[in-house]
Amino acid sequence: MAAIALSERPPHGGPRRALHDLIDGARAYHVWGRLGWQDIRQRYRRSLLGPFWITISAAAMIGGIGLMYSRLLRQETDEYIPFLAVGLLAWFFISALINEACTAFVGAEQLIKQVKLPLTVHVWRVVWRNLIIFAHNLLILVPVFLYYRRSVDASALLALPGIVLIVFNGYLLGIGLGMVCARFRDVPPIVGNLVQLCFFLTPVMFQTKALGHQEWVAQINPFYHFLQIVRAPLLGSGLPVDSWMYALAATALFGLVSVGVFIPYRSRIAYWV
Amino acid sequence: MAHISAKGVCVEFPIWSPSRRSLKSAVLRATTGGRLARETSTWVVIQALNELSFEFSRGDRVGLVGHNGSGKTTLLRVLTGIYEPVRGQLDVTGRISSLLDLSLGMDHEATGYENIVLRGVLMGLSPSAIEGKVDEIAEFSELGDYLSMPIRTYSSGMLLRLAFSVSTSIAPEILLLDEWLSVGDAGFREKAEQRLLELIESSAIVVLASHDVNLIRRFCSRTLRLEHGRIVSEEPVAT
Repeated sequence: MAAIALSERPPHGGPRRALHDLIDGARAYHVWGRLGWQDIRQRYRRSLLGPFWITISAAAMIGGIGLMYSRLLRQETDEYIPFLAVGLLAWFFISALINEACTAFVGAEQLIKQVKLPLTVHVWRVVWRNLIIFAHNLLILVPVFLYYRRSVDASALLALPGIVLIVFNGYLLGIGLGMVCARFRDVPPIVGNLVQLCFFLTPVMFQTKALGHQEWVAQINPFYHFLQIVRAPLLGSGLPVDSWMYALAATALFGLVSVGVFIPYRSRIAYWV
Repeated sequence: MAHISAKGVCVEFPIWSPSRRSLKSAVLRATTGGRLARETSTWVVIQALNELSFEFSRGDRVGLVGHNGSGKTTLLRVLTGIYEPVRGQLDVTGRISSLLDLSLGMDHEATGYENIVLRGVLMGLSPSAIEGKVDEIAEFSELGDYLSMPIRTYSSGMLLRLAFSVSTSIAPEILLLDEWLSVGDAGFREKAEQRLLELIESSAIVVLASHDVNLIRRFCSRTLRLEHGRIVSEEPVAT
């Protein structure tokens, strides 16, 4: 045992191995696909409805908040509840991706220490698991839209590229944030608190219009724009170009930072977890 | 061609105090210019492997011996590719199978068959390759109809049988073993031993970490003795 300073940066193998990890990780879908499903099954094991508990708990939340806040905010329920439903579902998806990005590597400690897998497999697993949950939640929209007689046309499909972009950002965050959280263990609670705070600052439960002159609060909020690229098409307002520009810029930034952290520090992850 | 070559391989584990694991402290350190340094500078590093150099080539049966904590398991993990050396050069050519943790990645809610596939995929097989081996694995495990049941219903002996049957179903070029695997009741143990012997026979390189001198004598052609992360002696096994 020796108490010497450790250079955290390994001497060799940086970019090339990192690139291989990114490619091999994406290709190993038969690994993370299985692990992701396994996570879902374990969460709802031996329950009659299985993963549809996800759907039911989200439905209960939308119903409860919807009826209460439509009165508080003096909104018509047939306008407010579909708005809230779409917003909340997208919010659940985004916030879960961020919160679970923190545990992408720490949560896979056992696997990381015992088998040689591309490390990004563990990130894909988290993203995939949350995409499955999101898909279950989307089912809620069917009765909501039917009940409030909202017509949906083909333009709602424009939400799909939005979902893809969110998934990709979840992946980037899983790499970057996952590594930071493996090294600094006080980060996950900080992230959790920030996300919760943002829920109240982001127009999920209230309309953007309600901000009045303070609309810039939403405009500078990345959550708002990622929410909009899914919510706006589903509510029939087409493609929100401004939000897309903002979201793409944020994606580029996340990508640079995550890959910038991944290349030099990838080989340290096994030591950190 | 299976080959392992290590030149001056070092592995160090940082042991952080809680404040070293804290982002807040890291930020404070950076902004206060070391005034808090006395409190936070205790950063212990364990040298798990220190300047290891060796060459293993085709036909080598290497026994790793040494006390607990001497670095045997760490070395096996380095060879597997889990820990990348902090310094030094390690080149490994050949498909590796490391039997370090048999029951890794098992899903207790899934059936025996599903676990065969899951485990196979974690070992790096493609789903179609493992599908082709399922029957053989099932037969070897002798678990019969139990394989259609969730494995939470299994006894620990049955679990080990299943894990062993899957883990040993592919012949690697380089086989890494952490202690000899002994599973099951008397009848199965004999069969398992036979299987392990065949696996050792067919592998180009075998590295076996063990405390059992007789075992090493029986299977290995040379031994590496590790002490405090260094190779203290390297000698052929007298047969």
